[in-house]
Amino acid sequence: MIAWFIGVLGIAMIVGALAAVHLKQTVPAIIAAGIVSLFASVLYLLLAAPDVAMTEAAIGAGLSTVIFLYAVYKTRSGESEK
Amino acid sequence: MIKRAIALFLVLFFGYVFTTLLLNWHPWTELIGVARYYVSHELTELGATNLVTAIVVTYRGLDTLGEVTVLFLAATGVSVLLRRTTITLPSPGPKRQSSEILHTATRLLTPFIVMFGAYIFINGHLTPGGGFQGGAVIASAVLLLFLTNPHQALNHRILKTIESLSGATYVLVGILGLFLAGGFLDNRILPLGEPGRILSAGAIPIIYTCIGLKVGTELANILENLRGPATSPVLEENEGRAQ
Repeated sequence: MIAWFIGVLGIAMIVGALAAVHLKQTVPAIIAAGIVSLFASVLYLLLAAPDVAMTEAAIGAGLSTVIFLYAVYKTRSGESEK
Repeated sequence: MIKRAIALFLVLFFGYVFTTLLLNWHPWTELIGVARYYVSHELTELGATNLVTAIVVTYRGLDTLGEVTVLFLAATGVSVLLRRTTITLPSPGPKRQSSEILHTATRLLTPFIVMFGAYIFINGHLTPGGGFQGGAVIASAVLLLFLTNPHQALNHRILKTIESLSGATYVLVGILGLFLAGGFLDNRILPLGEPGRILSAGAIPIIYTCIGLKVGTELANILENLRGPATSPVLEENEGRAQ
């Protein structure tokens, strides 16, 4: 059962990663990358690495997603000024 | 043509290397080498019930100091790069107020999230988690504040003081280990105590508290720098209240 769940999570991560690469718009791509991190953190938890799972959930899925969004916002507002 | 041949050769070469690696791979059925030593000796040597913490803070303490330094440099770089450009953007229309749900949830949850972050790094030697995780959780509370109120200001003097004090304490504890115990960042400068107690495992709780505070303040600083300076909070707040 847990092996199936791990497999499903792995496939979901690959799908999310492909979406992050292939999506044309930046913001959905960032969200997809955050989703990959979220699945990864659940996967770490299942693979008995709660320490890494906490880091991945807080930094990978939470902070870095928002930092990317802030960065995109900043670069875009610079472009529109010209 | 040559480029393609080289590419094909590289692909085939790496394919060969990885196939042989995969075919000859057998899962380890027992711990070997240094891992076995850590698992069997850690509790009596260092007294931390969370093995990961003992490895991260003590056995591989220098790496952790390096990681903290890297994060510090990253935060400094962000603030240097973003401070220099004092962008005076024409504000793109009035910002939409965040929803009532977000406001209420933030007011309710922020203290608990900060407390949970502190819990994670104080209990780093007992339960999963530690300085980095706790610091990141605290920073996510700051992020929640920013999401609710884009003009939330942080007290830089307090942040700076906490950040530099905790960093200095971390290095100082490490140097004390050099004189009082077995080496740099040795946690046995304090009595190990009874494993499982909150005041046990020597200096690990002190070190992880320092790391937690440092990481939390640094990440909060990065977030604030990326968000941009708090502009005219009074005006917008009044507008928000008037509505």
